[in-house]
Amino acid sequence: MLDTNLAHCESDQEFQDLINKHENVMLCCGRMGPMCLPVYDIMETVGPDYDAVKFSDMDFDGAAASNVRQLAEVQGFMGLPFTVYFKNGQVVEATSSIQDVDQVKSILDKHFK
Amino acid sequence: MDPSYDDFDRVVSEYDVIVLGGGPAGLTAGIYLGRAKFKTLIIDTGTAGGQMILSYHVANYPGVEETSGASIAKTMRKQAQSFGCEILTQSKVAAMQLEGERKSVEVVGKGVFTSKVVIIASGGVPRTLGLASEKRLQGRGVSYCATCDGDFFTDMEIVAIGGGNSALEEAVALTAYASKVTIIHEFDHFQAEPWIVEEAKKNPKVHFLMHQEIQDFIGEKKLEKVVCTHKTSGEVTEVLAAGCFVFIGYVPKTDAFSGMVKLDERGQIITDERLATSVPGVFAAGDCRVKRYRQITTAVADGSIAAMAAIEELNQS
Ligand SMILES: Cc1cc2nc3c(=O)[nH]c(=O)nc-3n(C[C@H](O)[C@H](O)[C@H](O)COP(=O)(O)OP(=O)(O)OC[C@H]3O[C@@H](n4cnc5c(N)ncnc54)[C@H](O)[C@@H]3O)c2cc1C
Repeated sequence: MLDTNLAHCESDQEFQDLINKHENVMLCCGRMGPMCLPVYDIMETVGPDYDAVKFSDMDFDGAAASNVRQLAEVQGFMGLPFTVYFKNGQVVEATSSIQDVDQVKSILDKHFK
Repeated sequence: MDPSYDDFDRVVSEYDVIVLGGGPAGLTAGIYLGRAKFKTLIIDTGTAGGQMILSYHVANYPGVEETSGASIAKTMRKQAQSFGCEILTQSKVAAMQLEGERKSVEVVGKGVFTSKVVIIASGGVPRTLGLASEKRLQGRGVSYCATCDGDFFTDMEIVAIGGGNSALEEAVALTAYASKVTIIHEFDHFQAEPWIVEEAKKNPKVHFLMHQEIQDFIGEKKLEKVVCTHKTSGEVTEVLAAGCFVFIGYVPKTDAFSGMVKLDERGQIITDERLATSVPGVFAAGDCRVKRYRQITTAVADGSIAAMAAIEELNQS
């Protein structure tokens, strides 16, 4: 389990529930590494400003990770974390590697505001 | 950044000290100031912990057995907060006024914060090559962290750029995954310690391209080639590579303070022994200032010195 204050998505069922029971989802799939920690921190910090978005993390080596790794949108990604944004269960955007707060907010604003 | 900013009508909070940067230097300053009961705010444009979180293993921080930089950062942050220090992370600074008795910092979406003393602890950031293709292909082959992304390149040919200790050490470490690692360096000799160079030369998977300038990263959806030219002959070489790890050092992150406090020709903040800058009431601590050795221990030492000098100044005023 990742050591963050975010909700954790740890099984296939939890993944299905996450993307199907919430209209807007930001899911960050990574490890406790240098490129991933800043993205979790951004999610924890901006979370309260985006009531309509469900923020969750997922362990890149965990049981549920294949749900993210096999997405067409992440093929070609070669940097952790894989961050995927879902609307009504569909991927609307995905990024690879570290992102800064402006990059994350611009995606959240574009799709979820 | 508007240096003439002086609109105090919008002031939301007053502090004794504002610390700009929440790496080991800034967090240590926060611990000392909070403990001395000074109202302190740390503002970080990124993640608290700074460069510390880039280290998977820190083995040279006295009193702590080998652990991750992230874990030290978490403890330092908790310590500072336990003494009443407030911390704002992922904060965009819109305006700053460092001159005069009352300094002010405006943070987008949070308001204006004022204080009598400011400590700059903005540290350093990895140097990049500055190519548009480097940015476009980050996470799609271009990486700055071997431990994070090395396993994506199992049995593939990759490049490592740089000639210092980290570049050569990481290049050797990457041979655990990659089938071939080509080290591309700008000079015809390495800056790394001789034993590290030897280690790299002994490794059959490591190849060298010396005295090169990187021209471009080629690839549509992911990296395919790195293009470089020989610095004297001008000969162009295209190196097939699925990955490229860039290890070309760190630069002080002081652009936000240029024109406000005195910097040297490398952009490092000039301080005296008390870590005071050219502006009264403004101190600088850690990797952002002129100094020879940059470590967590030296940043922590700077943070405590700057905090104690700030306390002395506040007590006198
Ligand atoms: C890969 C790597 C491994 C390392 N390993 C070790 C090790 O094993 N042992 C060791 O002792 N040292 C190690 N170091 C060095 C050590 O991490 C640094 O010397 C130390 O972190 C410097 O601390 P600092 O507080 O001065 O700056 P930083 O750690 O750089 O922190 C600065 C903070 O300021 C923030 N900031 C930047 N600009 C602004 C601004 N304008 N306003 C507000 N905030 C701002 C940044 O977001 C950052 O969080 C390593 C460094 C790297 C890169």
